[in-house]
Amino acid sequence: MDHTQSFRFFNRGPSPVVRLVFFAALSLLLLFIDARYRYLESTRSALSVVVSPVQRLAALPGALWQRIGDLFITQSRQRGLIKENDDLQRQHQGDAAQLVQLQSLQSENRQLRNLVALPVRNEFTTQLAEIVYAERDVFRRRVLVNKGSDANVLIGQVVMDDTGIVGQITRVYPWLAEVTLVTEKNHAVPVQVLRNGLRTIVFGAGDTSQLSLRYMPVNADIQNGDILVTSGIDGIYPPDIPVARVVKIEHDAAYPFASVTCLPVAGVDKHRHLLILSGLPKLPERPVEKPAAADTEKRAKSRRKN
Amino acid sequence: MSIPALHAKAEIQRPVSNMLVVLSVFAALLLNGLPWQGIGLLLRPDFVAMVLLYWCLHKPQRIGIGLCWAVGVLADVADASLFGQHALAYAVLAFGGVVLSRRLRMFDLRQQTSQVSGIFALAYAVYALVHWQVDGYVVWPYFLGCLTSTLLWAPLSILFQAVRQRRTDRE
Repeated sequence: MDHTQSFRFFNRGPSPVVRLVFFAALSLLLLFIDARYRYLESTRSALSVVVSPVQRLAALPGALWQRIGDLFITQSRQRGLIKENDDLQRQHQGDAAQLVQLQSLQSENRQLRNLVALPVRNEFTTQLAEIVYAERDVFRRRVLVNKGSDANVLIGQVVMDDTGIVGQITRVYPWLAEVTLVTEKNHAVPVQVLRNGLRTIVFGAGDTSQLSLRYMPVNADIQNGDILVTSGIDGIYPPDIPVARVVKIEHDAAYPFASVTCLPVAGVDKHRHLLILSGLPKLPERPVEKPAAADTEKRAKSRRKN
Repeated sequence: MSIPALHAKAEIQRPVSNMLVVLSVFAALLLNGLPWQGIGLLLRPDFVAMVLLYWCLHKPQRIGIGLCWAVGVLADVADASLFGQHALAYAVLAFGGVVLSRRLRMFDLRQQTSQVSGIFALAYAVYALVHWQVDGYVVWPYFLGCLTSTLLWAPLSILFQAVRQRRTDRE
């Protein structure tokens, strides 16, 4: 063995200070490149092939525990299941009635749009994905799901659950994709107040599971309990999907904007299964140049933020 | 059996197989990757940092700053953090370990723990500093992990000593 040789080599090698400076400089360079230009995504997905087996192994005990739990159905759980089944049945009946209504509304909408020569809205397809693991970094609000580039998941696709927007795909690995939740700090979603159509942008708060509207004028017409839905004018989010509900409005005389706190409608921190919307909505042709400028600016802003 | 005695006996002849080092690092990555949530996530010790620091203290000729940096890059991929964020923190950690290795190996576990806490705090601070520079905010409870890492230093050391002792006994 060449133990002695490696011993000598390390003893005669550069001093720890020199090495620290070298590797610190290398890390700073990497940090700079990664934060500014995002050139290293291919390297990242290559290295993830080494790391992902370890990650899968780490996720195994939790999954196994759940399996074992499923195996033993106790009396109380059985009662719970029966109750849940009843609830679902009731919900299904209500939903079915609404769905029939929706279909007739959709056809009516299509006809009306045809009449006034507006392009028909795109419909999107979805695929189901399961959360492999949730945020493991205190700083971030992200989850990883088990569909990656193998299932044609693309960066920027929208992720939702049964009730509303959960987040957006921000990174795609061969078998995994990273979803940044709407509650991530500075994550922006262009929204509309459902009640009166007021357009604004909702931002994640980061350290709590809340969202906030930052630049609402004090006299804006917004109330507690207002539902915010996606406006769909950004070209990323499809329109009219619920995002958040307003829970608190504060007016501070010293500050020109009202501070509005919202809670996400979707179970952002709850579910295991999520829907990835596959067909990104295509923007309709812009009518005239004047409002288009404002639109592009807004879109560019939201793209940058995401 | 007192622990310093175990140390003294241990230092004379104890080859460490590369296998053990690699396995321990991967086990640490695995432990870091467990689905921690809520309070558990805040209190999660950084197992990778602990294992790397242990090897830097005890085998500074073999596990140095470069290797720790490379493991840091892997941790960056695993955690989906920025490239170089963990790497920088672990390089600083390894530097502390390598520089202080002679002194720390003379100490008993209690003294070691107090010194090691400083190295952990430095590494955590570097990580948080990078995050603050890039994203503009710091989550203060993050530093709780530094505390738990320090508290788990003694159990980890005893565990590794026992594993290494058994390996030498078998040979």
